[in-house]
Amino acid sequence: MNTDQIYSQLTDIFRDVFEDQTIVPAPTLSAKDVPEWDSLNHINLIVAIEARFKIKFKTAELESLRDVGQLVDVITKKLNKT
Amino acid sequence: LSESSIHLAWLPPKADWAAALEGARKSAPEEALRAFLGLANCRLDFAQTTRLDRAVQQTPDAARKKVLSGRPLRLALLGSCTLTHLIPGIRVGGLRRGLWVEIYEAPYGMYRQELQDPSSGLHAFKPDVVLLSLDAQHLVGAADASVDEAFGTIKDCWSLAKQSLGCTILQQTVLPVFHPLLGNNEHRHIHSPATRVRVLNEQIRQAADAQGVEILALDAFACVDGIAEWHDEALWHRSKQEIHPRVSHVFGDQVGRLLAAIRGRSSKCLVLDLDNTLWGGVIGDDGMAGIALGQGNAVGEAHLAFQRYALELSRRGVILAVCSKNDEANALEPFERHPEMLLRKQDIACFVANWDDKATNLRRIAQRLNIGLDSLVFADDNPFERDLIRQELPEVGVPELPEDPAGYAACIAAAGYFESLAITTEDQERTSQYRANAEREQLRESVTDMAAYLGGLRMELRCAPFDEIGLPRIVQLINKTNQFNLTTRRYTQPEVSAVMADSRALHLQLRLLDRFGDNGIIALIIGRLNTQQELEIDTWLMSCRVLGRQVEAATLNVIGRRARQMGAKALLGSYIPSAKNAMVKEHYPKLGFTLLRTENEQTSWRLPLEGFEEAPVLMNIVEGIS
Repeated sequence: MNTDQIYSQLTDIFRDVFEDQTIVPAPTLSAKDVPEWDSLNHINLIVAIEARFKIKFKTAELESLRDVGQLVDVITKKLNKT
Repeated sequence: LSESSIHLAWLPPKADWAAALEGARKSAPEEALRAFLGLANCRLDFAQTTRLDRAVQQTPDAARKKVLSGRPLRLALLGSCTLTHLIPGIRVGGLRRGLWVEIYEAPYGMYRQELQDPSSGLHAFKPDVVLLSLDAQHLVGAADASVDEAFGTIKDCWSLAKQSLGCTILQQTVLPVFHPLLGNNEHRHIHSPATRVRVLNEQIRQAADAQGVEILALDAFACVDGIAEWHDEALWHRSKQEIHPRVSHVFGDQVGRLLAAIRGRSSKCLVLDLDNTLWGGVIGDDGMAGIALGQGNAVGEAHLAFQRYALELSRRGVILAVCSKNDEANALEPFERHPEMLLRKQDIACFVANWDDKATNLRRIAQRLNIGLDSLVFADDNPFERDLIRQELPEVGVPELPEDPAGYAACIAAAGYFESLAITTEDQERTSQYRANAEREQLRESVTDMAAYLGGLRMELRCAPFDEIGLPRIVQLINKTNQFNLTTRRYTQPEVSAVMADSRALHLQLRLLDRFGDNGIIALIIGRLNTQQELEIDTWLMSCRVLGRQVEAATLNVIGRRARQMGAKALLGSYIPSAKNAMVKEHYPKLGFTLLRTENEQTSWRLPLEGFEEAPVLMNIVEGIS
């Protein structure tokens, strides 16, 4: 899966979780930009990504995430491993 | 659909779910809520459940009242870890069963303070039900934790909730999240956390029965999928969610079915198709020798195992019926002559085999058994028939049976249609009661003189105040009876106990016996003396099984007698119309009451006790219930 495909899948997930049909997960997007992105929805987002990509994040990986770009980097790394 | 959606495997998948949700949101509120109800009954994952819940929460009160019968159920969540993510699943789990659930979540970890403090949000909320959801780490995770202490905490919560809230208590069992220290013989290490959880769960179950607390068996149902599916230690460290969000909708469905059972909304009757459901093959084509049924053939054994499950359900009170597209003689032949058949004709309360469409036949079955369509569950291997029923009769439960008959029983068990809080003696005898009813029908047909028929029944009506032993059945009847029910007021067990403790209340349970057997508790009365010394009849309900047998008049005789003993000068009755109780609209005038007033189709009636004479009835009235 290439980066564009990952972003396309993420768009679906973001729109589902935040219930906003206009949201576009750009690399610089982060929780402070999205009012709905609270701690509960953050968990929902991570769980939805794990289910969609069939991956599992490590605790440390999630601790260091700052924006969507870093999230995509982690997803890419995990998909390439399998 | 994501993988976790396999959890609601008895619900049919819906391919265009998101589009359907969008469509529903755009329609008028009532229509939208009906559509949401349909969408709740599709196979959802946790994310879809959350989305559906958000949409449903926009429903205005007026539309909600129009579409969903019964008052909303107020549920308070009391816990020791994060529970917020469970709320959408619980609300959708209730909606799936036509129940509107309003939820109060106590502040994080504050369950004891909220219970103790009369000025807390919990007390202001006035819950119908509290769910105590305490996590394993909190209860027995600490190095020096003791089971006794944890159990003491739980029991304190029960008595606080009972005393100060008077509501129904749901206690979640503890999730076995701890790793073994010994292994297979872990039980020998009494201080291991894993052993503590096991012992604590045993104690909770034992005490719950005596305390009238209902159990949410998290330990049992989480084990069906595996603890790893339900609990993720990484997530626990991150967000203190003991129950994983990916199964929050499954958890919510379990809570939803318990809440429905508390409100008496569980299904009552399993309607079975025959060909390829109870046996393999088509009896009309393959004949007795050709169908697959019984030992020596894996498919035959699978169908037999399903019959065994159905039979066991019937022995604990679920009514069985048959609905088959067949010539009746062909359909009956295996029941009468096949040596491997477990189900016999006498196990089936209503047997319908013809060539009419199945929606018509299900209506027929509901009518003959005198139960609502929403009490039926329809098990059929044929996707066409299942779709037809979902379209035509959305209130009927239609499990999405797997293609392999080996999975039929698991599918129906997982769906929890017949969730039940207690098993009563009446439950165990229900099949014979329905059979006896059929025999009475036969006698009625052979006797034209009604008085001779009733006299020939040798009826005995036994009456007594409510008692502890009868309480489960009394609560069940109050919540289940729809048709012969003057006011359709629903009460929980604590509320009925409060009536029993009220010295100005009259409460009566009536049991009817006749030459064919014991009909069990068939009628209930709750009344209260007002300040003018008039007895207001709050609840008068009766099982439709005993219609047309003068039980109404005999019951009035008993009420009159008791009311006079309490010093009452008159009886007051009222009729509150519902979707289902039109049959009792003329109940009070038929018994000689006079109309006091009519308000919004609701009528009030009065019968002075001065000069009241008991009507002659063809049965003996006996004091004492057993």
